[in-house]
Amino acid sequence: MNAIPISWYLVLSAILFGLGVIAFVFKRNVITVFMSIELMLNAVNLAFVAFARAHDQLDGLVFVFFVIVVAAAEAAVGLAIVIMLAQNRQSLSVERVNLLKF
Amino acid sequence: MGFITQHPVLVASVVKIAVLLFIVMTALAYVTWAERKIIAHIQSRWGPYFVGAHGLLQPLADGLKFLFKEDITPPVTDRLVYTLAPFLALSLALTAIALIPFGPPNVLIPIVSQQAWSVTDLNIGLLLVFAITSMGVYGVALAGWSSNSKYPLMGGLRSSAQMISYEVSLTMSVVGVVLVAGTLSFNEIIQRQSGAFWHWNIFGIQRGSVPQIIGFLCYFIAAIAETNRVPFDLPEAETELVAGFHTEYSAFKFAMFFMAEYANMITVSCLATILFFGGWLSPFPDSWKWQIFLPGAGLVLLGIYCAYDTLTEMRGIARLQLAVVTVLALGGGLLCLIPAVASVIQGPFWFTTKIALILFFYIWMRGTLPRFRYDQLMSFGWKLLLPVSLANLVVTAFVMMWPWLRHG
Amino acid sequence: MILPLIIFALCALLAVGGAVALILAREPIHSALALILVMVSLAVVYLLLGAPFVAAVQIIVYAGAVMVLFVFVIMLLNTGAEEHTSFSKIAKFVGVPLGLVLMLWIGHWMFHAQAGSAIGTAEGMVQSSTTELSKMLFQQYLFPFEATSILILIALLGALVMARKEE
Repeated sequence: MNAIPISWYLVLSAILFGLGVIAFVFKRNVITVFMSIELMLNAVNLAFVAFARAHDQLDGLVFVFFVIVVAAAEAAVGLAIVIMLAQNRQSLSVERVNLLKF
Repeated sequence: MGFITQHPVLVASVVKIAVLLFIVMTALAYVTWAERKIIAHIQSRWGPYFVGAHGLLQPLADGLKFLFKEDITPPVTDRLVYTLAPFLALSLALTAIALIPFGPPNVLIPIVSQQAWSVTDLNIGLLLVFAITSMGVYGVALAGWSSNSKYPLMGGLRSSAQMISYEVSLTMSVVGVVLVAGTLSFNEIIQRQSGAFWHWNIFGIQRGSVPQIIGFLCYFIAAIAETNRVPFDLPEAETELVAGFHTEYSAFKFAMFFMAEYANMITVSCLATILFFGGWLSPFPDSWKWQIFLPGAGLVLLGIYCAYDTLTEMRGIARLQLAVVTVLALGGGLLCLIPAVASVIQGPFWFTTKIALILFFYIWMRGTLPRFRYDQLMSFGWKLLLPVSLANLVVTAFVMMWPWLRHG
Repeated sequence: MILPLIIFALCALLAVGGAVALILAREPIHSALALILVMVSLAVVYLLLGAPFVAAVQIIVYAGAVMVLFVFVIMLLNTGAEEHTSFSKIAKFVGVPLGLVLMLWIGHWMFHAQAGSAIGTAEGMVQSSTTELSKMLFQQYLFPFEATSILILIALLGALVMARKEE
């Protein structure tokens, strides 16, 4: 039996979430920004699974299942949008997509 | 000695992994030999016959050639991905074999008392094998992209699109078996098929079991597409795309792709055996007690044939090699006739026989069928194979639910 | 007892290293590979937490399908390394410290959240069973399950409509 405290898993989740936020702010390529969103979702999944183990319930795991499915659907639609964006503007930089910026 | 008894799981796992890796690599090499020989005989010619007796040392010669060939690296822009792709392909292909049980779980290694015939026994084994094979797409896609050339890119993209399309049908066609068995664990799926050969999942003639013939057909076709074999091998065919995604690889990296393809074939055949053909169970009913002497008898017959071959062989060195094989076969056969050894060796013997038959079928299809065009391939996968495997799932679930429709 | 600790340390290092590589990589394909590494190491962490089914689903769906989609799109839209404009330099100096502050703040509260309660350790031997998970999925959470399937259908139709060429 291992004695790794649950808080260590939660700290790992917090670190990954913070790194995802940094990547979101820092990167200029649309696809990389998308990947940082997936990183944040993964960090949240880890927190869910850790809490599910801590309270010995399976509801957390069911929610992880839903998060993974929703992330997959979002990735599909989002990447279709990215492809159309690249075709229309010939550039994948986030700053080129600024027509609605005030 | 104390270390071995204190950490039985670790020591036994390491030894099992080493032995399994050695056996799988040798089996890979001899599957390539068998392929060349069988396709040659289908095409009315001899295959390799010079290197050893009957060309049996040809895989060794090929392996040495791949090791010593010049490693030409084209001017790629991305060295990391170029080098990573074949490693990824081969390591994933070999990892999936670790989850497969080759024999019954009650046979134990003496000192450490761990299972002898499987490296690990998980209760979601089936799902993890599919997880590992679904990661195999990366080797192909990254190889095609990093080669910095038109034909590999096209071949890589087409091949990976084909693999992910047929992966859906592959998993769907297996869910019927999971419904019948009620579990994802390999050992329990095999246990549910015990009895005689009509209890196997493909025939399914026992109470609470549905015949999975359509499931097996869907699985086999999807597996051939998944491993990029004829008739689905357009992305790597020589007349179409030079050599597809592995055009720009030479020597050892090409050998890794080559080995990864055959290792995938072996994994898929192992899965088909476990899920549809009863795994390590024998086809005869359990009450026929003489069946434990079959492996030994088979090896002795092989030894007699090799002895005959030794006496009729012309070349000296081939005769020497055949004499060695004869001695090994006869010795092994007589060893397997001892009842204590024979009862232990039953499981792997039947498993290996079934895998050999499925691999023979694979190679037979390669020698016989023409290949699909790419758009025919994709429409076949999505418009025919996926609906058929879904229909199989629905019919299996329906039959499982209605008590008066089940077999008695 | 020592082996789960080693595995957790290794996977945590790989996950954090992959996330840092995602930030520091110049080519998008390297970021994608780093993210795949993060996902696979998180799957091993889920195994440590006694959730083998979630680990398998993570590898099959996330690392084996969603990331393949990302890699395909990166290959098709081969734009190379990113450009850095003036705005991104401002973002680097302001955003990165703020991100670090966020990370430390959440980490601090996560670390102290479980300090007082009795549920502290992860018992690696008790594993969640697939049967119970699926029962819960089909009994308690049936409505979200069906709603998610409609969501996937909508996403499928949306991606198809957008990918179609203009006629």
